[in-house]
Amino acid sequence: MSKKVPAWQAVLRGLGPRGMALRIGAPVLALLISLGITMVLLRVTGADPVSSVQAMVDYGTTPNSVVDILNRATRYYLSAVAVAIGFRMALLNIGVDGQYRLAALLAAALAGALSLPAPFGQILTIVAAMVVGGLWAAIAGVLKVTRGVSEVLSTIMLNSIATGLIAYLLNPKRLAEMRPGSNNIATPQVPSSGRVGALNGALSAIGIDLPGRLYGLLPVAIVVGIVFWVVVNYTRFGFDLKVSGLAPGAAEASGVSAKKMIVVTMVTSGAIAGLIGMPELLGASYEYSLNFPAGLGFTGITVALLGRNHPLGIAFAAVLFAFLDQTSDVLQEVEVPKEIVGVMQGVVVLTVVIVYELVRRFEIRREQRAVAGELATGHDLARAGKGR
Amino acid sequence: MRRGLKVSLVALTGTALTLTAAGCGGKKAATSDQKTVKVGLAFDVGGRGDQSYNDSAARGLERVKKELKVTTEEISAKQDEPDADKESRLRLLAGKGYQMVIGIGFAYTAAVLKVAKDYPNTKFLVVDADQCKVSGANVLGACFSEEQGSYLVGAAAALKSKTGTIGFIGGVNVPLIHKFEAGYDAGAKKVKPGIKVLPGKYLTQPPNFDGFKNPALGSEAAQGQLDQGADVIYHAAGGAGLGVIKTVGAAGKWAIGVDSDQYAQPALAAVKNQILTSMVKRVDLSVYDFVKSVGDGTFKAGTKQYNLANDGVGFAVSGGHMDDIKAQLDDLKAQIVAGKIVVPTE
Repeated sequence: MSKKVPAWQAVLRGLGPRGMALRIGAPVLALLISLGITMVLLRVTGADPVSSVQAMVDYGTTPNSVVDILNRATRYYLSAVAVAIGFRMALLNIGVDGQYRLAALLAAALAGALSLPAPFGQILTIVAAMVVGGLWAAIAGVLKVTRGVSEVLSTIMLNSIATGLIAYLLNPKRLAEMRPGSNNIATPQVPSSGRVGALNGALSAIGIDLPGRLYGLLPVAIVVGIVFWVVVNYTRFGFDLKVSGLAPGAAEASGVSAKKMIVVTMVTSGAIAGLIGMPELLGASYEYSLNFPAGLGFTGITVALLGRNHPLGIAFAAVLFAFLDQTSDVLQEVEVPKEIVGVMQGVVVLTVVIVYELVRRFEIRREQRAVAGELATGHDLARAGKGR
Repeated sequence: MRRGLKVSLVALTGTALTLTAAGCGGKKAATSDQKTVKVGLAFDVGGRGDQSYNDSAARGLERVKKELKVTTEEISAKQDEPDADKESRLRLLAGKGYQMVIGIGFAYTAAVLKVAKDYPNTKFLVVDADQCKVSGANVLGACFSEEQGSYLVGAAAALKSKTGTIGFIGGVNVPLIHKFEAGYDAGAKKVKPGIKVLPGKYLTQPPNFDGFKNPALGSEAAQGQLDQGADVIYHAAGGAGLGVIKTVGAAGKWAIGVDSDQYAQPALAAVKNQILTSMVKRVDLSVYDFVKSVGDGTFKAGTKQYNLANDGVGFAVSGGHMDDIKAQLDDLKAQIVAGKIVVPTE
């Protein structure tokens, strides 16, 4: 256990302290520190930190905001899970952004052309998006195992290629339709039989009344989270995934094909990435247009880091980020530039990452000291063993 | 195990936030003073300080504040945000009791129409309304004939060019910017049929809207067109156009600004003598007209076209570089206003 894991790998894989006290202490400490830094930052920009935070909380808890935050968190969550799958085996899929945008565009074009009875159109659209996302990610995986191309470089390039490809395809001559005089370009609208209704109806049946439209596909994110947790912890694939990340040599020796794992992981990550755009496409916009949310893939990287690659951790991180993004507008009202929210998010992630790593190292050092101390006193570790 | 700690972590932040919030209730300045008229304005990508499109809107707001004595509030947009963000931004303003809410940029159209339905007592303006179509008894859409103004600066570019080659740089490849290019091209060829207009360079492809924001992209594109022999370059690239003007200015060639009279922009003072003119798009006028009409009760829902005829678009003469050709351009303008010249938009 004394083999040193490089800090960046520990950070990406979500390694942290193992002792109970430190597990609770580390995040508490990290959040207190980041809250403190945020307050100081607000003070420095000339605002009253307390009333600024209050304005954010006030606005963030209005029913309209709650719906927006949950919708936003759904997008962030799916994106972060897509990223986290790669992170688990130290595979950096920076290309989630391109994967989900391309998948959303092609799925939107398909859904706009389809007119199937209720569940089939939606299912086909979602499956198509996952296939497109998976295939686009597979390019990077295959390049890595056959040519040794770093997945970081190839996925970044694939993002640019996806942007170009989308610009080419999102054209009245190809997948988009012309709306005279419009500055927007969009794929044909998804017919009403192919849409997913809002969750509000189902929620008001159990007594929760919310305004606006809550994504009908929000439960998909929850299912993805549960499946991710089960697969990682209770399946052969999940075990192979973790081992390949922790100790590639050991994995290889025990018969896990590293190459296969890389491709399979990239494809899975891309398939989940394909889901990111679906709640918005089928539940809100019904078309892929210039206004389709972009850049979610990069938010996902930060959210996954903050959530330590754990399904629940990511859920909290996604909600926290969604809350901060949603309430950034209200800061301008108390004369604080909204960009401060980006700084806050950075502070939170950095503090969490740094505190975890420092605490982890502190714990390792403490254990080593304990072991060294016991060895020096001639204590029989093997016999005393379990009592430590 | 790790799950447990994450729960506690979030619970803790939540508690901390609630505590701080509870600790200082009532400190916030009262914002619901019903006597003052309040105008809320949401900016497009780039926000205040782009020296161009958004700043034109900001000028309108400043004028409103000074002349009509109203309280104003501004919020800027983030890049790559979905419609829901724009909607909640407008909802935030309308919900805070702003009697007038303004969305700058075509991307706000759908959001304005949606929010306006929920706030029938609030008046809404959307500048550059998409397809120049709005609905609702409390919504006004402002539309601009950018091609007409671009036609005149295109003519100016052709008349001032010594190399016989002129260029156009657009921010993002969207139909709105095609209007600028189409007018520019037609105007240049009208006064000098033999002029070479370089194919329009678009800085980014949608959905990447960096081309309205990143001056480095503008610089690079401008250098490219200078290398191809252009000696007058017109940009329709918002904040990214700063890079165009600075690069063209540094090379001692003519730059043509857009939206605001960029000769007068402090950020461009160093190269202002190389700014031939600017295609002025009076976003400020549309903002002012809107607030004024609501104030004196003459507000009319629907759309309003801003063109050469009502000086909603035009060209700037600051710096005096246009003095020798102004008469010629005014003649073209008169012909467009009279309908003798129809400027293409594509």
